[in-house]
Amino acid sequence: MKNILFLLIGIVFGLALTKGEAVSWYRMQEMFHFQSFHMYGIFMTAIPVAAISILFIRRFGIRSIDGEAITIPEKKFHRGIIVGGLIFGFGWALTGACPGPLYALLGGGYSVTLITFAAAVAGTWVYARLQPRLTR
Amino acid sequence: MYKPWPWYVAGALIGLTVPLLLLSGNKKLGVSSTLRQICAACVPAGIPFLQYDWKKDSWNLFFVVGIVIGGFLGGVVFRNPLPVAITSETISMLANQGVTVDATLIPHELFNWSSLTTLRGFLIIVVGGFLVGFGTRYAQGCTSGHGIMGIASLQWPSLVATVSFFIGGIIVSYWVLPFILSL
Repeated sequence: MKNILFLLIGIVFGLALTKGEAVSWYRMQEMFHFQSFHMYGIFMTAIPVAAISILFIRRFGIRSIDGEAITIPEKKFHRGIIVGGLIFGFGWALTGACPGPLYALLGGGYSVTLITFAAAVAGTWVYARLQPRLTR
Repeated sequence: MYKPWPWYVAGALIGLTVPLLLLSGNKKLGVSSTLRQICAACVPAGIPFLQYDWKKDSWNLFFVVGIVIGGFLGGVVFRNPLPVAITSETISMLANQGVTVDATLIPHELFNWSSLTTLRGFLIIVVGGFLVGFGTRYAQGCTSGHGIMGIASLQWPSLVATVSFFIGGIIVSYWVLPFILSL
């Protein structure tokens, strides 16, 4: 039943990405060339809204709807943060899409995104294959 | 509904998905992990990194199906009939690189099935997609998991990751993409 809730939240997320044009290849080139505030405005609204919500949840010890304590695991630094981050950045500028927008574009009827998506799955699989060597 | 939303509306809703996911089941916003889920479910091939109980995390598969539906609503049902309103500066820059702005969210002349047979299209679609999947897993997150969730929960590695995403993107957008587009 709860999965319906995750699906609904996904709909809001996908709709906001699409109507905010955060899925647009054009917007990404504009962003990387600092030619418009639009994409930065999205980040600079989304991050504080999320941060204040988290602060609120922590401050008042708010629990999830089934009473579970809310925990946020620590993200640890490793070289993949930088190396993997750069590699993702390269792909982001080429495809104009990060993983969220890839899903949204699939729904948006851009059928060739199926190939971009399949290539991303393949990239993840190759990473998995090399993971013991890369994280040593 | 047909018009694009201003950045503060889209941004606020994107930000709100973070507390909504936390409150609905202590879930952390993140999309790229679903690519690993798909690998683990479909082609685990005995790889240690893919040997885990992916069904335990299947909530995020429902979440991304939602994103697909949201993309359908925003991109098809309430489709904006006008071109993306990028600045004239970007329009002329792209025109110099041989890309015209059409009335879709991504340029059709680059992203179509026959473009896959050209070197240019192959590099942008296939190699680009591969780098997205490889890089996000190596960095253990993408724009949502690090850029929004990680930074909003004040984790410095996520800030380093997000800065790396942008440096990578800027390098390619400035110096590599113009060359690929000229192929």
